[in-house]
Amino acid sequence: MFKNIAFLLFFVSQFIYSQETIKGIVTDENNQPLLGANVFWFNTSIGTTTDENGNFSIKKSPETTFLVVSYIGFETKKIEITSNTISVVLKEVNTLKEVTITKTKKGTEHSLYKVQNVQVMGQKELLKAACCNLSESFSTNPSIDVNFSDAVTGNRQIKMLGLTSPYILIAEENIPSVRGASQAYGLSFVPGTWVESIQITKGAGSVINGYESISGQINYEVLKPSNDIPFFLNAYASQDERYEINTHFNNKFSDKLSSTLFLHGNTRVGKNDMNDDGFLDGPIGKQVNILNRWQYNDAENGIVSFLNVRYMNDKKQAGEMDFNTDNDRLTMNAWGSEINTEKIEISNKIGYVFPDIPYQSFGFQNSFQSHKQDSYFGLSQYDIHQKSFYSNLLFNSIINNTKNKFTTGLNFTYDDYNEFVAVNFNRDFSRIDNSVGAFFEYTYDNTDNFSLVAGARVDNHNRLGTFITPRLHIRYNPWKEAVIRASAGRGKRAANIFAENQQLFASNRNFSILNNDGKLYGLNPEIAWNYGLSFIQKFKLAGKDAEVILDYYRTDFKNQAVVDVDASPQQVLFYNLEGKSFANSFQAEFNIEVIRHLNFKTSYKYYDVQTQFQTDQLQKALQAKHRFFANVAYETHIKDKGQQWKFDVTYNWLGEQRLPSTASNPSMYQLGEYAPAFAVINAQITRTFSSTLELYVGGENMGNFKQNNGIVQNENPFGTYFDSSMIYGLTFGAMYYAGLRFKIK
Amino acid sequence: MNKIVVIILSSLFSLTMVAQEKKSKNTKVEFKVAGNCEMCEKRVEKAAFSVKGVKSAEWHADHGDIHLIINETKCSAKDVAKAIAAVGHDTEFEKAKDEVYNKLHSCCNYERIE
Repeated sequence: MFKNIAFLLFFVSQFIYSQETIKGIVTDENNQPLLGANVFWFNTSIGTTTDENGNFSIKKSPETTFLVVSYIGFETKKIEITSNTISVVLKEVNTLKEVTITKTKKGTEHSLYKVQNVQVMGQKELLKAACCNLSESFSTNPSIDVNFSDAVTGNRQIKMLGLTSPYILIAEENIPSVRGASQAYGLSFVPGTWVESIQITKGAGSVINGYESISGQINYEVLKPSNDIPFFLNAYASQDERYEINTHFNNKFSDKLSSTLFLHGNTRVGKNDMNDDGFLDGPIGKQVNILNRWQYNDAENGIVSFLNVRYMNDKKQAGEMDFNTDNDRLTMNAWGSEINTEKIEISNKIGYVFPDIPYQSFGFQNSFQSHKQDSYFGLSQYDIHQKSFYSNLLFNSIINNTKNKFTTGLNFTYDDYNEFVAVNFNRDFSRIDNSVGAFFEYTYDNTDNFSLVAGARVDNHNRLGTFITPRLHIRYNPWKEAVIRASAGRGKRAANIFAENQQLFASNRNFSILNNDGKLYGLNPEIAWNYGLSFIQKFKLAGKDAEVILDYYRTDFKNQAVVDVDASPQQVLFYNLEGKSFANSFQAEFNIEVIRHLNFKTSYKYYDVQTQFQTDQLQKALQAKHRFFANVAYETHIKDKGQQWKFDVTYNWLGEQRLPSTASNPSMYQLGEYAPAFAVINAQITRTFSSTLELYVGGENMGNFKQNNGIVQNENPFGTYFDSSMIYGLTFGAMYYAGLRFKIK
Repeated sequence: MNKIVVIILSSLFSLTMVAQEKKSKNTKVEFKVAGNCEMCEKRVEKAAFSVKGVKSAEWHADHGDIHLIINETKCSAKDVAKAIAAVGHDTEFEKAKDEVYNKLHSCCNYERIE
């Protein structure tokens, strides 16, 4: 009986309860209460929300027994109520709709966060100039000016901040590569397809790679075997009968060991004389260039190692159309020139990162190079053989924490030069140079808007003495998407006056060195300070990504090996600077992505480069004060199989340039004081058919601009006034080319 | 006899315990830190670096973990968590005070760790 009553009571209480409210709790799968979850009767508007402990209570509805519980970010649940207390567990929704954000990578990136004023040219930018070697890779980059050094050898020279390449430290994976004997032609010995990226640093640069950089540093990275594709083929042909072929074979022997064999060959067979001056427009010749690169990666133990073995042989012939190398060499039958270069290089580097301490690492690099050039220019001869060894040991770590990093290490450089010059004098300048240096570079980064790099090195060089090279870089982000950078630094170098000024051999100028007490060709080492200030602002212009870059640099020479071609058109003088020599450069750049896949780059440059010569303080010859650059690049959207069109047009305008003085020449051999302004247009179209094949066609100098007086006294190249070094523009007209790239991935 | 064995064993055990607890100068530590955006990242990392002994601090907005390398002789993960909580970010070990949290920029008002 008691049992029955109890049962009844229970039943009744149950009944009463159900008439009133349902109580419950809503939690997630981890049993955490959900605050503010919606709880309501199905198909009604009667509902409530949970409190901070996930609890709710709701009056029972006469219409339905189904309760709906929902919460943002969780699956909604519909539950049939069978009791008056309930606990609801909601499942989190993991499948939020995926949003893919795509942004087209730019060919050249300007960083807002790096301390130094560095721009990185990636593969995309490098492909815009389809041909062919590193000296031609910069034609779409406004920071570097490319011009021909003379009207005979077809050699291209690069300039940065108004100073020629000897003042730029050019390195291959941080090992100085274009220096000494290779200064004039070195860039043309690096096939463009080998290059993965190029970093261009304006201004003093880091102390790690040496003391020689004055106006900037260019470092290029070669393709890495570990992430290269199995096979690559590039073939190129141009209207002036220049043919190039590049093949890369890659093999991955294991997940650690991989290797790439790079084979390059080029030949120019066409004897062209488009400007009717009796001389070849460009040299004929051939080059074989082989690089075998090995990479060993052991990520677990933090080891990366590379070994490079390289051989290059380049032969060029230039001069008069009817010059015969067998019969006319070093005679006055006809004027001709041959430049034969052989280069052997073995280099290795090993990096070790402490497995538990990712910010601490060692690097060790060694490079042996032999660069041998035998050449003659008319009756002048120039032979140079440089054997050099370079070694660099680096240690990276932190002071207290990663806001304070440092790099320290040692360099050793040994150069054995065999150098023979036969011009108006015959002299042997053979010598041995060596230097040992220690450096320390400190980097502070507040992880927010400020960082600085302060570096110094001490070197002992058998000719330059013992000296200190300080460098400082500062970066500050004053507001969003903007950066201000400042830099200052000192550079010192031994000028290789003949190797760096080989274009002057192709003239009948008399060479004289006016000093004789210095340690390098009688001259003192060059010393310069470089100061720079730059500002970048990225912004949206009518919803489009845009950026403005302003920079100003000043290089002040304390001493310089002055190359004076103004004293007389029949002479070239080398002497120590007495007075002022400086280079001011100002650049304003504006880039915008006009519509998706359509990029527009434009820049204006102003140079004021002056040197105290014997006669006067003069603007540097063959240097335009004003330059304007524009580039438009358009690409279509990549289709499923990789099909794409790419269009690229570059416009370069150069203002008037001062010409070396020719006033004392007979009037028919005078060039005037200034060269006229001119413009050059290059364009290229690339069609990608699939991920394996693409074709490209292009044109250079499509406006067909020609400098007609490129060679003075071309009709009598053994006469007093002969000179091919006064080149301000291009000596041949428009040139068209086509090529293909084939890849197996 | 038994006693001696126990003592030896336990002392050995405690020795190994000590060996395991030997403080390393480069210890990797990870823990959860609540936050939303780049501003949070800067604030969190700055707070972490303010603790003596923190050598490296990287906070990842996508998964909310902070990766630290610390010198255990100078600080512990909890010290870092405290410093981060003090600037307004909840961590696995230590919660931020409401008044500090409320002062954060609106984009940094992350979901509190309960």
